[in-house]
Amino acid sequence: MELRKSYFADQRKDDLHEIGQPRPRSDSPGHVTGKTAYFADRNFPGMLHLKMVRSPHHHARIRSIDTSEAEKHPGVVKVLTAKDVPHNVYTILILIQIGPEDETVLADGKVRWKGEAVVAVLAETERAAQEAAARVKVDYEVLPAVFDMDEALKPGAPIVNEYHGRNYYLYDSGECRKVRFGDVEAGFTGADHVLEQTYQSSPIEHAPTETTGCIVAPEGNGRFTCYTNTQAMFFTLDNASIILQMPGNKLHFVGGTVGGGFGGKVDVIVEPIAILGAKTTGRPVCFIYSREEEMQISSPRAAEKVVIKDGVMNDGRIVARKVTGYTDAGAYSRHSPYGAQKGAGHYPGPYTIPNVWIDTYCVYTNRTPSSAMRGFGVTIGDFALEVQMDKLARLIGMDPLEFRFINAYRDGDIKAHRQPTEGAALIECMQEASRAANWPVAEKFMAMSSYAKGV
Amino acid sequence: MAKVPVQFTLNGAEKAEFIDSGTTLLHALRDKIGDTSPKGGCHQGTCGACSVIIDGELRLSCLTLAETCNGATIATTTGLAEGGVLHPLQCAFLDAFATQCGFCTPGMIMAAKVLLDQTPNPSREDVVEALSGNICRCTGYEPIIQAVLSAARSNSQNAA
Repeated sequence: MELRKSYFADQRKDDLHEIGQPRPRSDSPGHVTGKTAYFADRNFPGMLHLKMVRSPHHHARIRSIDTSEAEKHPGVVKVLTAKDVPHNVYTILILIQIGPEDETVLADGKVRWKGEAVVAVLAETERAAQEAAARVKVDYEVLPAVFDMDEALKPGAPIVNEYHGRNYYLYDSGECRKVRFGDVEAGFTGADHVLEQTYQSSPIEHAPTETTGCIVAPEGNGRFTCYTNTQAMFFTLDNASIILQMPGNKLHFVGGTVGGGFGGKVDVIVEPIAILGAKTTGRPVCFIYSREEEMQISSPRAAEKVVIKDGVMNDGRIVARKVTGYTDAGAYSRHSPYGAQKGAGHYPGPYTIPNVWIDTYCVYTNRTPSSAMRGFGVTIGDFALEVQMDKLARLIGMDPLEFRFINAYRDGDIKAHRQPTEGAALIECMQEASRAANWPVAEKFMAMSSYAKGV
Repeated sequence: MAKVPVQFTLNGAEKAEFIDSGTTLLHALRDKIGDTSPKGGCHQGTCGACSVIIDGELRLSCLTLAETCNGATIATTTGLAEGGVLHPLQCAFLDAFATQCGFCTPGMIMAAKVLLDQTPNPSREDVVEALSGNICRCTGYEPIIQAVLSAARSNSQNAA
């Protein structure tokens, strides 16, 4: 691969001498010798295993829970239910003032998705915990469930999450995140063509090779050491502190070594209940997802629906873009209100369009709660935007790459959210892509620059 | 529960343990003996992270009962470096940037070792086939394939 140092040479202070030079990864020697310590590569004497009793229903009221047989099962040391959790209702992003608290550590009175944690069983062996979990009796009254965002937003739809009271997240801007720039309706009126298309995606599971989990060891000084593969150490520390009503100085988190995460390990799910198990038994506790739990229980990338309406001129200029985005949070917020908000900021894509209207909704359904995954909030949107760009180019009979040059944002352009563009390099990237893919464009586009207007 | 004695050679050392009948080799190695280089990614024989070498053959330790390994000779990635000197495969994985999160790496190296032991000059297709039972969810397959091919080249140069 060739490194072109000529681009933006006058804007740089260094000579990029580190770029393109191989440097050994500091963690590789541990990986190739098998010495890297993942959280599960620890074994403590007397360690208990935690298994969850999970909801078999998508939406149900819990009439009663009977743990008596499970408690009598050989090897069982402790059975935990909602009443044992000091602060059972939480939400991860409360730390950055994104509330309300809307999710239970252990279900209390209701389950809102199939697989939701109801009862935690701690036993001497994994097998005993599994067997005892199967002996917990939960009496459910099944409720109507909603799995589709359009259905969830209809009047009279079953309310998924009473902490919200409605099937969408209420932003300070109202029922959705909004971006308003120019006059989008006037833009459509003056356009040569208008194209409206709908794009949809399904949830995507990260499927890391190492499943989510942690091991908690009670220390002699009253503290708890939590060995975890979380990707979010401080979110986890702070939320565990809130859920357990325990000062942060009682909690020592050890991590940073993650056997694949891709965003799937940023929720705070296994640590608080494992710490509670260690606290109530005085013994080390291991809580690690089975492969089935990793695939079915851990939060996926959200399903999304994106409706894009564009007004385009025959000369290639996009003059108006209206985007309505829907993010399926599943039953609980986790990171999805933030993901939907990111989408609002990200549209209309890396293009300068004079008239823009964006609405992005975070919608609740009785599906597995979704959360972070590589560029969540923008990745599905980019797929939709770029497919739309190809369709627009075809509509006006223009080369799709040249069409993008015409609309590419450049330094100084005001984006729809009113931040000026800085450090754009889209044009230069497309020039290189044109060469690399042997997809020639007109010379005037190869002469364009992200920061010199004039073409 | 009645315990069962097992005895085998692990990376050149004699090991003897009493285990519960039905214990997998993966559990015995990790929890009893303390060799945590084989990883448990699926416990159902699909990810390859637990791969070890038993009597020269590549095996999934999560699907192998420890009690069937009596008298066997077992090798794991832990025993690959000799006297602190890395095995050519380990060097090749380092040089080719063939690790990302590292969780699949010990299993990948075991699979690659069996290939090179049996086929010293493998084709690219041979390497792909040999690694086909090992999942890398960081999707770093290309550098891994290159590392194995590079290790094979350095082996044959040393032999020449």
